[in-house]
Amino acid sequence: MFSAIFGSVEQGIIYAIMALGVYLTFRVLDFPDLTVDGSFVTGAGTAATMIVLGYHPALATLVAILAGFLAGCITGLLHTKGKINPLLSGILMMIALYSINLRIMGLTVDNSIGRPNIPLLNSETLFSQFYGWWGSLGIDEAINNFLKSIGVQFVPATWGTIVIVFILVLIIKLIVDWFLKTEVGLAIRATGDNKKMIRSFSANTDTLVIIGLGISNGLVALSGALIAQYAKFADIGMGIGMIVIGLASVIIGEAIFGTKTIVRTTLAVIAGAIIYRIVLALALRVELLDTGDMKLITAVIVICALILPQYFDKRREKRRKAKRHAERSISNVNVIKREGNDLA
Amino acid sequence: MLKLQSINKIFNEATADEKVALDQINLELKEGDFVTVIGSNGAGKSTMMNMISGALTPDFGNILIDGKDVSKLAEYKRSQFIGRVFQDPMAGTAPSMTIEENLALAYSRNKKRGLKIGVDKKRREFFVQSLEMLHLNLENRLNAKVGLLSGGERQALSLLMATFTNPSILLLDEHTAALDPSRAELITNLTKRLVEKDKLTTLMVTHNMQQALDLGNRLIMMDKGQIILEVNEDEKKSLTIEKLMDEFQRIRGEKLTSDRTLLSV
Repeated sequence: MFSAIFGSVEQGIIYAIMALGVYLTFRVLDFPDLTVDGSFVTGAGTAATMIVLGYHPALATLVAILAGFLAGCITGLLHTKGKINPLLSGILMMIALYSINLRIMGLTVDNSIGRPNIPLLNSETLFSQFYGWWGSLGIDEAINNFLKSIGVQFVPATWGTIVIVFILVLIIKLIVDWFLKTEVGLAIRATGDNKKMIRSFSANTDTLVIIGLGISNGLVALSGALIAQYAKFADIGMGIGMIVIGLASVIIGEAIFGTKTIVRTTLAVIAGAIIYRIVLALALRVELLDTGDMKLITAVIVICALILPQYFDKRREKRRKAKRHAERSISNVNVIKREGNDLA
Repeated sequence: MLKLQSINKIFNEATADEKVALDQINLELKEGDFVTVIGSNGAGKSTMMNMISGALTPDFGNILIDGKDVSKLAEYKRSQFIGRVFQDPMAGTAPSMTIEENLALAYSRNKKRGLKIGVDKKRREFFVQSLEMLHLNLENRLNAKVGLLSGGERQALSLLMATFTNPSILLLDEHTAALDPSRAELITNLTKRLVEKDKLTTLMVTHNMQQALDLGNRLIMMDKGQIILEVNEDEKKSLTIEKLMDEFQRIRGEKLTSDRTLLSV
């Protein structure tokens, strides 16, 4: 139980990077971008391929980000220059990426055109390199000994993963927060808010949409690259439904933590991604359910996250009104109505 | 400053719905000119504004700003030197962004947008100073989302955003039409003040004849895609609504029939 939840928090934090990307398109740019399902695998596949080919995992991860950025830009070009509807541009790019991803992963084998799966079991990854350094610090033993001494039974194999992914996602959150406050970031937000207005202030909305989609898919690809290194494999099917997971994270986070400021919303999105993973892990522990039911559970979680806040809002509003009404009727007792005769 | 040379525009050409929106429009604005534009619905006023701003391209003719031909320039590029306020108070601002962020967007109009923070301390001071001119207490609500402001407040903010970077041309497209009378008057006075302050070259479309007479140094009347009357500075001072109506009747040989125009006398 504990290890399942611990593992889902680790994964949730990595997926949170993808969710931040989805937040950038869906919420900030108001562009329902379905490229995500493809660009997630592009990130995973590119990183895995380069690692297998012997490149440094850090370089592999960087190139993965770049590949995702490029994919997003192409979706942006299809929409802005090709005047293709946003949903369709994303879908087209998504299916195009399926073949491209096979090709990318195929680079690992001689004479092979495509390859659907790359295991990274014995390869150096960002995580394995980090563990080497982390292990020498002896923090795991210290924490676990302390936990055991106070009677906690379940301890994870290492705290390293959660620490490194937490630091990573925090850095990315801060960069996103900062970026959305820069002049370009403001213009991108305005593009999602009121295109006509920002055009009248000399901003090229086409370019801004392309940049926004690029950055978003860069983040998604980074998330994919990290998941591949975390799970020690890249698979052509690992991106299926990714957009819904990203959306679920955004919606859950916003519903629970609110959207008052950008800083708060990005935090909410990260928390939403983690909560989503935990709920999923808990749901899968129900004996009736099987891993094959994951997508169904996801759909149910998203539906709940969409419907429940409306219900709670309505109830809160009702209660507030009732209270206000009660207060007013008490304070109105002393008001004497003047009738026609009094006035005359 | 602004020059329109025989601009033509036909909508739905060669169909049953063909409409000549602009027919040989020639107009020249000198630096500091404030021209009000009146005319009934469908006269081509808004089309002309959209031509100048670049939202529409003319079929024929040239548009010159500061002596430069901008006819082929994209809308967003042209807006570096054109300030605009729309009729719809929702159109000129980004509702989910704060007042200061909106001002920052406008502030970057004639600069290259980069990775500099949009609202820094120095700019915030400038924004506060500018907002104080509006007397709407907006300077104390810098972090309020613009979507929460009333229509009048948003229009005042739009006007400030359109003018405070000193555009070469200011285009006002019935920017008081969607407001109630008292708010409209506030915006009208504000327009006068902001335009006079920086001597902005301005073109203002209005349905309100009184407003057209009160504001600006020149007046033009449009009908069926043509400019049918140009009133210069001296003539405008003695112009009245009755004279304008008579003039229309004399030129067109028919009574000015736009209930909206008449109602807003």
